[in-house]
Amino acid sequence: MSFVSLGFLAFLAVLIALYYVIPGKCQWMLLLAGSIFFYAFTGWRPLVFITVTALSTYAAGILIGRVNAAGNAWLKDNAGSLDRETKKAYKAGIKRRTRAVMVICLVLNLGILAVIKYTDFGISIVNGIFGTQIGYFRFILPLGISFYIFQSMGYIIDVYRGKYAPERNFARFSLFVSFFPQLLQGPISRFDELSKTLYGPHRFRYETVARGAWRVLWGYFKKMIVADRMITAVTALSGDTAAYTGVFVPVLVLFYAIQLYADFTGGIDITIGIAQMLGIDVAENFDRPFFSLNIAEYWRRWHITMGTWFRDYIFYPLSVSPGMMKISKWSREKLGQAVGKRIPVYLSTIIVWFATGLWHGAAWNFIVWGLLNCVVIVISQELSPLYTRFHGRFAFSNTKGYNVFQMFRTFWLMGFIRVLDVYRDVPATFRQVGTMFTTPNWGRLFDGSLLGLGLGIHDYAVIAAGCAAMLTVSILQNRRPVRDRLMAMPVAARYVMFAAAVLLIFVFGAYGIGYDAGQFIYTRF
Amino acid sequence: MPGTEEKPAGNGNGSGTKKAAVIVRVAILVLVLLLGLWLAQRLLVPKYISVNEEGLLTREYYAAAGGNDVLFIGDCEVYSNFSPVKLWQDRGYTSVIRGSPQQLIWHSYYMLEDTLRYEKPKVAVFNVLSMKYGEPQSEAYNRLALDGMKLSDVKLRAVAASRTEDETVASYIFPLLRFHSRWSELGSEDFRYMFSTKQLSHNGYVMRLDVKSVDTVPRDKPLEDYSFSQVCWDYLDRMKKLCDDNGIRLILIKAPTLKPAWYDEWDEQIVKYAEDNGLSYVNLLDLRDEIGIDYGTDTFDAGMHLNLSGAEKLTAWFGDYLAENVPSLADRRSDAGMAARWNEKIRYYEEMRDAQQRQLDESGRIDSYWG
Repeated sequence: MSFVSLGFLAFLAVLIALYYVIPGKCQWMLLLAGSIFFYAFTGWRPLVFITVTALSTYAAGILIGRVNAAGNAWLKDNAGSLDRETKKAYKAGIKRRTRAVMVICLVLNLGILAVIKYTDFGISIVNGIFGTQIGYFRFILPLGISFYIFQSMGYIIDVYRGKYAPERNFARFSLFVSFFPQLLQGPISRFDELSKTLYGPHRFRYETVARGAWRVLWGYFKKMIVADRMITAVTALSGDTAAYTGVFVPVLVLFYAIQLYADFTGGIDITIGIAQMLGIDVAENFDRPFFSLNIAEYWRRWHITMGTWFRDYIFYPLSVSPGMMKISKWSREKLGQAVGKRIPVYLSTIIVWFATGLWHGAAWNFIVWGLLNCVVIVISQELSPLYTRFHGRFAFSNTKGYNVFQMFRTFWLMGFIRVLDVYRDVPATFRQVGTMFTTPNWGRLFDGSLLGLGLGIHDYAVIAAGCAAMLTVSILQNRRPVRDRLMAMPVAARYVMFAAAVLLIFVFGAYGIGYDAGQFIYTRF
Repeated sequence: MPGTEEKPAGNGNGSGTKKAAVIVRVAILVLVLLLGLWLAQRLLVPKYISVNEEGLLTREYYAAAGGNDVLFIGDCEVYSNFSPVKLWQDRGYTSVIRGSPQQLIWHSYYMLEDTLRYEKPKVAVFNVLSMKYGEPQSEAYNRLALDGMKLSDVKLRAVAASRTEDETVASYIFPLLRFHSRWSELGSEDFRYMFSTKQLSHNGYVMRLDVKSVDTVPRDKPLEDYSFSQVCWDYLDRMKKLCDDNGIRLILIKAPTLKPAWYDEWDEQIVKYAEDNGLSYVNLLDLRDEIGIDYGTDTFDAGMHLNLSGAEKLTAWFGDYLAENVPSLADRRSDAGMAARWNEKIRYYEEMRDAQQRQLDESGRIDSYWG
């Protein structure tokens, strides 16, 4: 069931109404039933996959909890009779057993993800290298599998680390894995954070529901008015690489940046807004990323929950892993302190970005996309002393104007890296970007060619207005949350504005016959 | 932050007044919203005044409904070729046409069902040309046929049966969902006819006075397969059953227009069906000389549709046929109420005829049905 459908809105209306009518202790059960109902629309197979993940992660969590509890009890009972070494050895034994459970759980779930998502990619590599003709399996990727598996794996790692106790109720845990607003495209929530409000009870509060509704509306605005209207042009520009060279490449970069931003942040706004209407706090996933001054900052502000997931569960453990420690020691000895200390950090960074690329999709373009991000970040880091000297020497580099330049630079740099996602072919992407320097066709920006991309002048006007609205809200948000401003307005004005916003979406939204609106871009990851 | 300071459901101090205030506020918001959506819908739906005027036909039925003894159902071959006003003037029979452009047989079936919600005619005359289409043809024709139908279970079933792959039932209930993108092509007509419209038809008949004679009749291309789709036969069966169940006599006709082609092989199938099911079938194409249709003067588009002259000739002949074959039909001209109603229809009929004649006299062509 797509967020952008009348069926979903009807489902949501009924669910919210029931949610605040039934006893508070039953609310989370309703959410679980609703989540299953919601996900069942994708078919019975995805339901089986998510059940396997929920069940195996839950069982692993329980097992880890029991091993820890039994071990701790034994240690407590025998505290007086054990020397320090024995205690240490016993604890290490517990750790080994819980680690084994965690690893089995990780292997099982990441294995499922790997088989479904990456088997054909692996076959294509083998076929390419060895000239074999191994057939493809063409598995259908269950919607949201990358998100709920990562969320579940984060949970089991946290339980293993003793960050929190495992959830004992399977139904409650299943809700954590399958909570419908965030099921298809995240955010990737942490159990300790989400569980604070997920299970209620929640009393109806007009202001909370109204705030959530505003956020949902804003999400639909971005998705339906801007992102979905852009689809035609982005498809045209990326589909015909022979026709759209030179100046059309930066046009595509710009259009896709707008589309992806509006699509993904719009979807997350809808997710967070719905959760808020239910009284549930879901982690923020964006912090006005296009205002970032550099790529490292951009990645702290874009898809935040994914970035922190990779940081907490891959980068940090990898950086302090025994293998990396050995490499660190070796590189310091062989290459000196200055270079040597960077080697393990950069190695971890490369691995994380490789994994990030692979997480986005089983294709070379995603891997190259990830590695390019890594290269830029590493170069920026290496050049940071130079930047510091530069900022110290030239006063203008501390002005707002220079900040705007930095944002502009980051926006386009990220845009050009991101375009790998649209062309979906590494050589073609580099070829297309190369035509910017070999095909001097800048005049085509003004000869009506842009009107041949499936967008009329009125479409561009709507997109421009939508972008202006997004920019304005982002700027205002920096000073005071826009919803605070809205909620402070007189009731009548608020209602008229809300009705007008709904009307805007119904009238100017790109949906129905003639439009290819539908799923969110990130649901395919 | 939401949720952090909340109390369990039912444990709060929420007074009745507070709850009532929230309910009232939400109700006001919903009303404001619905009003806005309704106004937007009124503005954005096509008005069918200067283009695709036939889009008005289905909705115009409801003003003409009630007391009609003869129902014509079909496509342009009925709404262009039969004049209920002429039938009234000649025979005193009350009749109405439920036709729209390229009306498919399932459209016709549901039009018949819809009609039975408002009146029970004695005769249903169905033009069989649509038997040639076994599947939905285009969204545009679905819209012309079904958008004007009043919301009912019949309409919903009609939409479900007719819709093409991209169409949704919801968009027929809330046409704004389909026509929202017309904001970029709004014209003065959309504002002028936001809350009103013009009447195009005369109990379903669409009048044209102009003449475009038949120069040549193209030879019909042979087909690989002349058999009608089973779907069409099923709907014809359903139509017959519905008529039988309601005591309506079903008459099948093929209108006397030269284009599009009506193959002998098709005709034979209809003849056999009519014989097998005890129905009357009149192929008016074979009777054009008897009817007196002159394709040099009686068609406005070279043989596809009859003009007023042709339609009145055909209606006069068909009135005789009905008088001869359906004795239960009554001359209702002595019914004062009915006569008054039809006199008004005659007045509008003549008014449009004169308006079109004036256009022909002035410019030699008809730019608008209404003048």
